[in-house]
Amino acid sequence: MTPEIALNPELATISRIIVLVALTFYAFSFIVLAWALTKRAGGKGKKDVFANRLDTIGLVLMGIAVLANGVGVLTRGIAANRVPWANMYEFSISGAFVVSAIFLLVLFFRDLKFIAPFVVGFVVLVIGSANTLFYVQVESLVPALQDYWLVIHVSVAILATAFFTIGATLSLIHILKETKRIKNSKSKAGIAFTKLLKVFPKSEKLERTYYQFNIIGFILWSFTLIAGAIWADKAWHRFWGWDTKEVWTFIIWTIYAAYLHATTTKGWDGKRAAWLSLIGFLAIIFNFTIVNLYFKGLHVYSGI
Amino acid sequence: MSSSRQSKYVVRKEYSEPIEAPDLSLKSWARWLWRQLTSMRIALFLLMFLAIASVPGSVFPQRSADPNGVVLYFKNNPDLALWLDNFQLFDVYSSTWFSAIYILLFISLIGCVIPRVGVHYKALRSDPPAAPTNLSRLPSYKKLDATEKNLENAIEYLKSRNFKVISTKTELRAEKGYLRETGNLFFHISLIGVLIAVGLGGGLSYAGQRVLVEGETFVNNEASFDYFAPGLLFDKNNLEPFSLRLESFKTTYDFKNPNNYGLPMDFKATVTTKDSPVSQEAKGSIRVNEPLAVGGSKVYITGNGYAPEIVVRDKDGVVSFSGPVVFLPQDGNLTSLGAIKVPDASPKQFGMLAFFYPTAAELESGALTSNHPFPLNPLMTMNVYVGDLGLDSGMAVNAYKLDTHAMKQVAGGKSGTKAIQLTYGETAQLPNDLGTVEFKDLRRFASIDITYSPLDIWVLIFALTTLFGLVLMLIIPRRRVWVKISKDSVEVGALTKSKDKALDKLVKDVAKSLKKKSK
Repeated sequence: MTPEIALNPELATISRIIVLVALTFYAFSFIVLAWALTKRAGGKGKKDVFANRLDTIGLVLMGIAVLANGVGVLTRGIAANRVPWANMYEFSISGAFVVSAIFLLVLFFRDLKFIAPFVVGFVVLVIGSANTLFYVQVESLVPALQDYWLVIHVSVAILATAFFTIGATLSLIHILKETKRIKNSKSKAGIAFTKLLKVFPKSEKLERTYYQFNIIGFILWSFTLIAGAIWADKAWHRFWGWDTKEVWTFIIWTIYAAYLHATTTKGWDGKRAAWLSLIGFLAIIFNFTIVNLYFKGLHVYSGI
Repeated sequence: MSSSRQSKYVVRKEYSEPIEAPDLSLKSWARWLWRQLTSMRIALFLLMFLAIASVPGSVFPQRSADPNGVVLYFKNNPDLALWLDNFQLFDVYSSTWFSAIYILLFISLIGCVIPRVGVHYKALRSDPPAAPTNLSRLPSYKKLDATEKNLENAIEYLKSRNFKVISTKTELRAEKGYLRETGNLFFHISLIGVLIAVGLGGGLSYAGQRVLVEGETFVNNEASFDYFAPGLLFDKNNLEPFSLRLESFKTTYDFKNPNNYGLPMDFKATVTTKDSPVSQEAKGSIRVNEPLAVGGSKVYITGNGYAPEIVVRDKDGVVSFSGPVVFLPQDGNLTSLGAIKVPDASPKQFGMLAFFYPTAAELESGALTSNHPFPLNPLMTMNVYVGDLGLDSGMAVNAYKLDTHAMKQVAGGKSGTKAIQLTYGETAQLPNDLGTVEFKDLRRFASIDITYSPLDIWVLIFALTTLFGLVLMLIIPRRRVWVKISKDSVEVGALTKSKDKALDKLVKDVAKSLKKKSK
């Protein structure tokens, strides 16, 4: 809050390089994990020793990438002398770190290796676009953002997004598995793809797993919404004002609420609920990209 | 919102019955409609409609959040705007169609939740229900030998896992996780609480705005506001008679870190307040994230800018205008535009349209600009207009604008005379014998928002209980376990409402406890 804060642009440059190192490792990890998956689809499935070895290599590469990513986020924060959550570049690299870290942690409890290439692929896209499209220099926070609610509101939002990301990946696989056009396809590509889809667990198991990710995400998202309202009451003199970002936070909440209702409604559980889970996630991506960049509102981030 | 799958669980019959086409009597038609409305499927549709209906409010500017955006939209696309306005697309969240959706949703919610409260209350007090005839159809099932029937051990095991257990001669009935439904009801009822608190709170509240120059005092009555919006239920005579003087407004800038150049680091208003005309003065300060509580209301700073103090004297040196003039900021570096109106000037009225540049710099084109919002090189330029200021017509006039269409420009623009330029403390001659103008001092102004919203705390409380209920309903699994003993077998079956992974393990554990030899 005082002008005595010192920004460290040199460290910010180093941080950017570290993030690019992380991106490189993520990219290699993605290639290896995707290779393992296709290997499995063409061969012996779970018993494929070579594919298992590839999986291990891919996950180790991912682990290194996550560490580098974490260091990149940390140094960015030190360079800016604040939490690194003030613009889209910082949200992206932090979000990528949280998704990957949570995914690796979850692997200790659940066998979700099979979606690793999807998660890593997504992270590569996020960091790649952050670096090319959203990069901004380190700046201090404008007065409206100088509040401890920034830490609470944004960290929980990122965490929620991480859970929804994993949930959406699983629902996408569920949808693909249940798509008749793929199942009944006689074309070469269709048959190969069906084989690939058989590598993944049964639909019922997928459904149960992403339900768990989505409910944790939903609880965290509800908290994000309430924390945002408490902060808005302090900073913007009202707790709710249908600001474009508030609108989309609400829309996302409503879609996931619909998803939860669908899971217990006959005729709507299964594939239809999976669609809602996926649409909810697409709304999150839309909220982060299109709404941030093109919709006029109060959630403006310095530059981008 | 009731679930159609609840038929497995809930005693109420109508949930499990298929919805039939209505017969023609009004009563049964109404009942049919009510049943439809309170069904899970309709709740699901209404939720999806609500999500879709919220979208246009983020695409088109809204009168509530961005009134200037609406004005601009009308200016740029007049025909389309009129058409959109017919569908209330600039007031989406108070529109009839949006309201219809959420009101239906809440009726559906109430109609679904209220009966469930009774059902749940009964379930809490009664024993777990009897086993279904065919246990093997349950999602988790295990068949054991007829000899493996250590029921006491199984009861002990289930009780240690917090199951409510009863046993008959031929079966064991156990249930746990009642908190799940409690949480579910708690969540939905709290949601109704949020809606009521928001609705009622909006009615009882008021919000107002006032631009205050350093040194000026605001007294909390309707006339003092530049903009005042009371709720429908708020009595204007109940405005707390507090007052607030803006002593100073300081903006801090960072001149050390090049990346922060021109970015404000802190806004701080120092104020003196009095809860009522007779009470003691108190000192306070307001920052962006730190509103000040005065007389039950909260005071925020929502904007700021410069208010140069200007003195106009006629050619004999008699002061015809003196005071600070609020200049509205035009960009991030606070290039500001102000209107100075001198109705008492002699020989005739005149006005000035002035630009203020806190840190003036010349562009290549020769035009002026501001490089920094802090007054490092303050400069004012003025265009002078002579003629009727339009202040005597009795019509409301925008204080920040000068309507020049009935006036003649005598300085600046194409008038032939150069615009007046003044730096801090300077005095300049006005053309046409109008006298002199002095840039005497530079003050700051702050836009102050005053809001009174007595039920906000209830919105927060209900929001937090909503969250609490949500955690309970989503985390706690509700499970039922039955053990059925017949001549030639012992069967274990379990049922759950949630997507419960641990159900198979539960059945295995119960089976294990049944197999255990008694001591």
